[in-house]
Amino acid sequence: MSTIIRAENLNFSYPASGERLALPVFENLNIEIEEGSFTAIIGPNGCGKSTLAKHFNAVLLPSGGKVWVAGLDTEDEDQLLEIRRQIGMVFQNPDNQIVANVVEEDVAFAPENLGVPSAEIRLRVDEALRTVGMYEYREHAPHLLSGGQKQRIAIAGVLAMQPRCIVLDEPTAMLDPRGREEVISTVARLNREQGITVVLITHHMNEAVEADRVVVMHEGGILTDGSPREVFSKVKLLRQAGLDVPQTTELLYELRKAGWNVPIDALTPAECAEAIADALSPKR
Amino acid sequence: MLKDITLGQFFPGKTVIHRLDPRTKLVLLVVYIVALFLARSFVSYGLMLAFLVAVTFMGRIPFKSMTRGLKPMLIFILFTAALNLFYTQGGTLLLDWWIFHIYSEGLKMAFFMVLRIMMLICGTFLLTYTTSPIALTDALEHLLSPLKKLHVPVHELAMMMSIALRFIPTLIEETDKIMSAQKARGADFETGSLIRRAKALIPILVPLFVSAFRRADELATAMECRCYHGGEGRTRLKVLRYAPIDLAAFLAGFLLLAGVIVLRHFGL
Repeated sequence: MSTIIRAENLNFSYPASGERLALPVFENLNIEIEEGSFTAIIGPNGCGKSTLAKHFNAVLLPSGGKVWVAGLDTEDEDQLLEIRRQIGMVFQNPDNQIVANVVEEDVAFAPENLGVPSAEIRLRVDEALRTVGMYEYREHAPHLLSGGQKQRIAIAGVLAMQPRCIVLDEPTAMLDPRGREEVISTVARLNREQGITVVLITHHMNEAVEADRVVVMHEGGILTDGSPREVFSKVKLLRQAGLDVPQTTELLYELRKAGWNVPIDALTPAECAEAIADALSPKR
Repeated sequence: MLKDITLGQFFPGKTVIHRLDPRTKLVLLVVYIVALFLARSFVSYGLMLAFLVAVTFMGRIPFKSMTRGLKPMLIFILFTAALNLFYTQGGTLLLDWWIFHIYSEGLKMAFFMVLRIMMLICGTFLLTYTTSPIALTDALEHLLSPLKKLHVPVHELAMMMSIALRFIPTLIEETDKIMSAQKARGADFETGSLIRRAKALIPILVPLFVSAFRRADELATAMECRCYHGGEGRTRLKVLRYAPIDLAAFLAGFLLLAGVIVLRHFGL
């Protein structure tokens, strides 16, 4: 598999303003995102997750080092539109990223900006809305929809650009559990069925479990990186960084501390239940 | 309580009037207003009124919503009527009491003035009732596009208008929330003198503005992420196209204008 996003020795600091000193966020950060992968980035508040995401589509430019997106340098201004077309971005607050007051007009916003012919825009809008399951709502006003629905509209708006990668910056932070489930399952399906690379920045450990790779950030650096099983097994390390672990892992961790012989890397409730049942069965 | 505010209300429908190109409707409104100011007799006002009623009927707009729209303008209309009634001289003296003198010309002028203002408002309502705000901004952008040559930022203005329309419900919802939050802390918006009540609005306006600026900032980033780079090379999902009914509407509009001009020529 090829690499779609590569950050090399990335340095970045927010510029000084007034009495505030320049605030360094990254020092020599290296990260690669494989094409077609589903990566979750987790970390406590202020660890630089969102800042990193904004480097992936040239909203922010590195103070030092390089970011390569699909072989393009994000500092190359001539390639700006192409970079942003390839890497779609979905933000936290659905209200602040919907531009038009009709759903289909909003989804059409990006292809309109790209100068796609009208007939083709129509096709792309319909397809994107069907993909996220919002086709019946195409003539509705966005402010009357639920949070999960609005966030799916935002995803459709990005899909209409036909991107290779979607970066979601805490897309579920303002949603109720049902909306959260709608958004995460949509994203997971896009990754599985259409092979779109997904980078999901999140606070919810249960969402990170869905990914094939979890990157834990801490104080502007990468604390650990690996499959969800590997990462969440490191309960002590994560707790020191001020992070939670999935409830299943937490339960197994406590059981092990109490002397039970259970594995630590069962992530789903079903796996966890099985592991505990195994440990309890008299045959052992 | 704030939920009741409706701006640029639009009655969706599929009538002939709804299907007209928004540009046609905008131009027709201008033609209608010009004709209205040229009309100066019962006959020409009758012609205008017939046109207005016909269009209202064709657009299936309930007459009630037309009259409801006139209500907020009532004071203005009455004031204009009074001014015209007492200050126009000519014709026979109808009433002469203390400082009030009413002439027959004054009565006529006042009547026409009231009619003119009411028909002006109703005509404008017909446009907003049958045209969605998006179509309207689109039409404005198209009709004003020649001004681009004079470096008027037509696209940017239209974009600002449509974003403002998009955020009205969001900001109303937010105002509601802030008001509830302040009420929960004991703020009082309903009693006291006018100045006191105006002062009570400050704790609402400050957070509202702060949040509006934050929203604007986030929206700008989101728009950039979706490749927005101004109006240059932009295409549209829905392209405005003139149809045969637009030609018919233009004809009707210009016939009306011509009719009023001819009547005026004959002193009617």
